[in-house]
Amino acid sequence: MATLPASAQPRREPEQAFIENRQLDNLRPLTRRLGLPAAIRFGWLLGPFLLLVFWAAGSATGFIDSRQLPAPWVAVTTGYELIEQGRLQNHLLVSTVRAGQGLFFGVVLGVVLALLSGLSLTGGYVIDGLVQIKRAVPALALIPFFILWFGIGEYMKVMVILLGVFTPIYIHTHNALRGIDLRYVELAETLRLSYWQFIRQVVLPGAMPGFFLGLRFAVMGAWLGLVVVEQINATDGIGYMINLARNYAQADVMLVGLVLYALLGLASDCAVRLLERRSLAWRKTLAQ
Amino acid sequence: MSTAVRIRRLERRFTAKPVLRGIDLDIAKGEFIALLGRSGSGKSTLLRALAGLDHDAIGTGLAQVPQRVSVVFQDARLLPWRRVLDNIVLGQSGADARVRGQRALAEVELAGRENSWPYELSGGEQQRVALARSLVSEPELLLADEPFGALDALTRIRMHVLLKRLSAIHQPAVLLVTHDVDEAIELADRVVVLDQGRIAADITVALPEQGNARTSRFAALRTELLGHLGVEAEPASLAAGV
Ligand SMILES: Nc1ncnc2c1ncn2[C@@H]1O[C@H](COP(=O)(O)OP(=O)(O)O)[C@@H](O)[C@H]1O
Ligand SMILES: [Mg+2]
Repeated sequence: MATLPASAQPRREPEQAFIENRQLDNLRPLTRRLGLPAAIRFGWLLGPFLLLVFWAAGSATGFIDSRQLPAPWVAVTTGYELIEQGRLQNHLLVSTVRAGQGLFFGVVLGVVLALLSGLSLTGGYVIDGLVQIKRAVPALALIPFFILWFGIGEYMKVMVILLGVFTPIYIHTHNALRGIDLRYVELAETLRLSYWQFIRQVVLPGAMPGFFLGLRFAVMGAWLGLVVVEQINATDGIGYMINLARNYAQADVMLVGLVLYALLGLASDCAVRLLERRSLAWRKTLAQ
Repeated sequence: MSTAVRIRRLERRFTAKPVLRGIDLDIAKGEFIALLGRSGSGKSTLLRALAGLDHDAIGTGLAQVPQRVSVVFQDARLLPWRRVLDNIVLGQSGADARVRGQRALAEVELAGRENSWPYELSGGEQQRVALARSLVSEPELLLADEPFGALDALTRIRMHVLLKRLSAIHQPAVLLVTHDVDEAIELADRVVVLDQGRIAADITVALPEQGNARTSRFAALRTELLGHLGVEAEPASLAAGV
């Protein structure tokens, strides 16, 4: 509990001891509430920042062995060298294009399948089981087949990323489409909405929160998919860079790759959240 | 006077046990009917039959309703992702839809709130938006299922005044489901009491405008209706406090 200035201490005179002497001049809310208080902007950076502090302090004091994990500033200097040589930008660009393509087509596929299976029973019977099967099969087990079908070029790589992207989009969008509140369905019936009006004005907007949740998983999935595909017959990309560095035991370059992944993941998650906040201004939730 | 609603031998059940057991009821154009009854007596089932919302029910009988029917639910049921005016004009077509929507919003005393989100309104305000949405289509029949049930007593009184005024202006036939005897007498031309799926009473209110005659008529109706509902009439002192 914060200490109040002396003047703000509640006076408790005997005859009015039962009165709760609420001080109204400290400009802070006086009541407690369940749920969370308003979030501080960028508050979520605290955890990553603490990790960084721990890492830096550990490296400086020798608590962390630099052969096992180089210091954070090594990542900066090595990254700077890689940029000077023009390698980092190149790898980053190639990876971003791959992830972007996989994300784009994966989102399209996920949304189309979710609509087909969420809005029609038959569509659901055909598609839903297949997607569940796909979820149960590890991506790594599928890659050999993908190489057989799509070769070892760019096409295969984008397909693998797409495969990791479309499932979360499908699952969450489908779930939201099927979970539409029956009360709104009744409302649409009494307002005599046509089927398409009902879909466009009631079902789709109502499913948007689910879609955005799926999108956040999908964006992360796209970056994670890179690591896997860029180990296979790649000559560029961050995954390739890490892989190569591993062969030569260049811990500092591997570290740059790791940090890059972390930053990319964070940045894209932020972008999706921003988009979500813009698009779902009508929502008042605990977190806002 | 011509009829807006004609119900004949209406029977409905969900399981083996019938919920409506042969309802005969006519509602004249512009007539305001309050439907009273104990919980589980079938009020909502009857209203939903008229609204065409009883997909789960099986049954027989005739229910003729006019072209334009509006429904007000106990919850305001505004779509949270549409702003107030967009909620009101949902399903309305025509170039003047928004103008009519704005007029309806002004009628429920919420002019200026066109661009608010539903969560920014109080419960009473949300219910007024729902009322505006139900009136914007100029319905010939307005069905309302305990529309004020979730509101506090003061807000409810304001809503009574508003509904009375608006139904006088727009002249829809109204079927108002309520469990509040005073509300029924206050608002309706006729009070119908439903008991175990049958009409147990059908009473014309005919309340004098004001004065002692009004008070005594009110009290007499109240006692009679409470009797039909199986409740002993409370002492007047308690009754006045409702
Ligand atoms: N969808 C339904 N499925 C099964 N039983 C129902 C359904 N709706 C209502 N009932 C039953 O019908 C009876 C009347 O319900 P209802 O019309 O809602 O009563 P009221 O509105 O007068 O309180 C109740 O016994 C209720 O359990
Ligand atoms: Mg009911």
